[in-house]
Amino acid sequence: MEILMIITVGVLVSVATYMILTKSLLRVVLGIMLLSHGAHLLLLTLSGLGEGAPPLLGEQAEAYSDPLPQALILTAIVISFGVTAFLLVLAYRTYKEHKTDDLDELRGSADE
Amino acid sequence: MSTLHYLVLAPFIMAIFVPFFYKWFRNIHTGWFVLILPTVLFVYLLQYLPVGGPMEPLQLTVPWVPSLGINFTVYLDGLSLLFALLITGIGALVVLYSIYYIANKKDEPLNNFYVYLLMFMGAMLGVVLSDNLIVIYVFWELTSLASSLLIAYWFHKEKSRYGAQKSMFITVTGGFSMLAGFSLLYVMTNTFSIQEIIAQAGTIINDPLFIPAMLLILLGAFTKSAQFPFHIWLPDAMEAPTPVSAYLHSATMVKAGIYLVARLTPVFGGTAQWFWLLTIFGLVTLVWGSVSAIRQKDLKAILAFSTISQLGLIMSLLGLGSAAVHYDVAEVDMLYATAVMAAVFHLVNHATFKGSLFMVVGIVDHETGTRDIRNLGGLMTIMPITFTISLIGLASMAGLPPFNGFLSKEMFFTGTLNATTLDIFNVSTWGFLFPVLAWVASVFTFAYCMIMFFRTFTGKYQPEKLKKEAHEAPVGMLISPIVLASLVVIFGLFPNLLGYTIIEPAMQSILPNLLGEGDRFYVNIYHWHGLNPELFMTIGVVLFGMLVVLNLKRWQETTFFLKERDPLNRVYDSGLDGLITGSQRVTNFQMTGLLRDYFAFMMVFMIFLVGWTFIQFDALSFESLAMFDAGEVTPFLWIITLVLIAATVTMPFIQQRITGIIVVGVIGFLIALLFVVFRAPDLALTQLLVETVMVVLLLLAFYHLPELRKEKFTPRFRFTNLVISVGMGLMVTIIAFSVHALRQTSGFDPISDFFVEASVPLAGGYNMVNVILVDFRGLDTLLEVLVLAIAALGVVTLIKHKFKGGEDV
Repeated sequence: MEILMIITVGVLVSVATYMILTKSLLRVVLGIMLLSHGAHLLLLTLSGLGEGAPPLLGEQAEAYSDPLPQALILTAIVISFGVTAFLLVLAYRTYKEHKTDDLDELRGSADE
Repeated sequence: MSTLHYLVLAPFIMAIFVPFFYKWFRNIHTGWFVLILPTVLFVYLLQYLPVGGPMEPLQLTVPWVPSLGINFTVYLDGLSLLFALLITGIGALVVLYSIYYIANKKDEPLNNFYVYLLMFMGAMLGVVLSDNLIVIYVFWELTSLASSLLIAYWFHKEKSRYGAQKSMFITVTGGFSMLAGFSLLYVMTNTFSIQEIIAQAGTIINDPLFIPAMLLILLGAFTKSAQFPFHIWLPDAMEAPTPVSAYLHSATMVKAGIYLVARLTPVFGGTAQWFWLLTIFGLVTLVWGSVSAIRQKDLKAILAFSTISQLGLIMSLLGLGSAAVHYDVAEVDMLYATAVMAAVFHLVNHATFKGSLFMVVGIVDHETGTRDIRNLGGLMTIMPITFTISLIGLASMAGLPPFNGFLSKEMFFTGTLNATTLDIFNVSTWGFLFPVLAWVASVFTFAYCMIMFFRTFTGKYQPEKLKKEAHEAPVGMLISPIVLASLVVIFGLFPNLLGYTIIEPAMQSILPNLLGEGDRFYVNIYHWHGLNPELFMTIGVVLFGMLVVLNLKRWQETTFFLKERDPLNRVYDSGLDGLITGSQRVTNFQMTGLLRDYFAFMMVFMIFLVGWTFIQFDALSFESLAMFDAGEVTPFLWIITLVLIAATVTMPFIQQRITGIIVVGVIGFLIALLFVVFRAPDLALTQLLVETVMVVLLLLAFYHLPELRKEKFTPRFRFTNLVISVGMGLMVTIIAFSVHALRQTSGFDPISDFFVEASVPLAGGYNMVNVILVDFRGLDTLLEVLVLAIAALGVVTLIKHKFKGGEDV
């Protein structure tokens, strides 16, 4: 099961990297979203899958799945949401100011 | 902490108070307060002068970093005392002189000047009084820094800044190399204490690191003491106020290299390399400096090259004298030690006559407004006192009797003549060059002294070329040069005053192994040696020197004479330019201004760094990786995973915004489903919520953002991107496999067992993830909220804020 997930993560990371390396701002933002998905899945996979019950003590189970990575991922999800939202607005604002979202055209400034 | 430690720190402590003196007593020149310190220190140090009998070295230690063998050890012997007296004595005179030289005007930053000067004084005392190499290094670099700051005191002048930067670059480079040399010494001897290293001198001589250590340390000494070809910073350092030039750049700081060489002679002396390096560099500097001085038109530039030349002289004398270390106590041979005696004696003499000459030049500059010898002339009757001081100083520098310069130059000739008789280091082949070069340099020295004298004080007075009406300097300004000039005369007439007080103890520190138990050097200097070769050499110097001056007119039009700047400056300038353009080129290559390139750099670097580390340390292991068992994957999971992969792979090919947003949404919700499968209900909930909001946000942005273009990439660009992204994915996959495999065999208990046990008793919660977030790692969550708040603020600002024109967004 982990092996399948690891391959999925590899695909997510590869595609995300490819998107980040393109020149359209929107694609870069989408790439970053994919990258954070990959990271979350990776963290969860590496803590071991399918062992024990959900980390709720009310279940009275023999074993629970590891709660610590889940807590970390939860934090990560929220943070990456904040960052992505910010990036999106930044992209919007950049487009509004410069009338382009092509990174090639955005390079440099008048001072140089 | 002993009194001697406080003596080193006193200038630094004083420097703290200088700005307050400057601010509170605005009507009194700050220099008067500062003057107290060097005077007191000088008088205090005088008590250590040995009166009858050899000097007992004094050693006091305060631990600093004892675990690394770094201690602030004060070591006071003849050599240190000589330098400490020079630093405080000349320091006091220079401060007194500066009070008149730098007027207490409204916008004159006197506080800066005296803070830098005190910083230098303390650092220099630290260099000469420390026994620990690391402490010496720290103080050594501080003197470079102080010197640079003082050169740039009038920083609005472009030339000052240039000179300051140059001196900094050259001396600090040397300092670094010296530090490397010190480290090598430590590797060989396991101690930073000079005295302990000297005790091991015999054993390290055959170490393979011995020669590298010597070369590195000599590089430091040569850059600091302005030896050819590193001397080029000294003429540019003349942009400093004249008191600084007199103090740092002739009497004290530039002699730090000499000090270091003298101090380490017991370690390195007696080897052929040490002998030849010091002698050759010294003699070349001596000749080069004196020849270059001839063609200078600026009085201070003449003195700068003269200083370079005299430093070379002292350096070569130390080299010649180091031959004496080669012999053992049994063969005590004053014949070669004469050179060391001459070096110490000339060190004192040079400080006196060159100090007075710098001050005199400062006076001429101050009272006439120019230092250019082409504009000066006929000042003899207008400035009689200045004239007299100059006469004494220049005669001493030229080596005329009865002044002290004559004595040390005769000794210099004796030293070079004695060295030709050396039967070691293959001296017999080239040894005849020592007296020849010494003589040639002396001829030119005599000549530039004559030029300085005649062009300034005789000839026609040309008031129209001067910026001010020339007149004699105020008395206060004359005191310091008068004191120094009287010393020139006193040491000339009664040289043996210095004999057992200064020279003998200093020689004792430089050549300790030449003395038996309770033995001492006997220094006896006198004027008349009989009709010996030295005397004929001096007569020759005077005759040929005059010849040079008389024929000067003939050479004045040659290109050699007209080009004042040292040709070596071109090497420095083009080197500096090359460094700047080179680094600009690197920056331009790297800083393309294109986000994509930065990402590419980062990722390639990451792939190589992480990959290399894993391979280097053989950290990857797949031995216990279980084969993929298709049976344990439920059909439900198969569907989710395959759809997820398919959706991901289509992403780069999507050309419509709306499709892209929908596919990203699909991926997000699939991930949420995966969380459900993997028993992470909280994650699934959060992911669902976030993903929903995210899709809404994307749709909003979609309304404003432009249509996705079909990107036109060159195949090469596309290929590079492909390679990087596949590399990135592979790296993550491989490492994840390895981690997964190792997890099976590592046998570590997960730390989460703690949470399972402690959730209810410690936090009273049944949902462990929630308990961790709000209780065990509550501070993290708090900061996370802060991050979200900042992001929210950023979002609002970016949407609402109206940029006025002109901002670069």
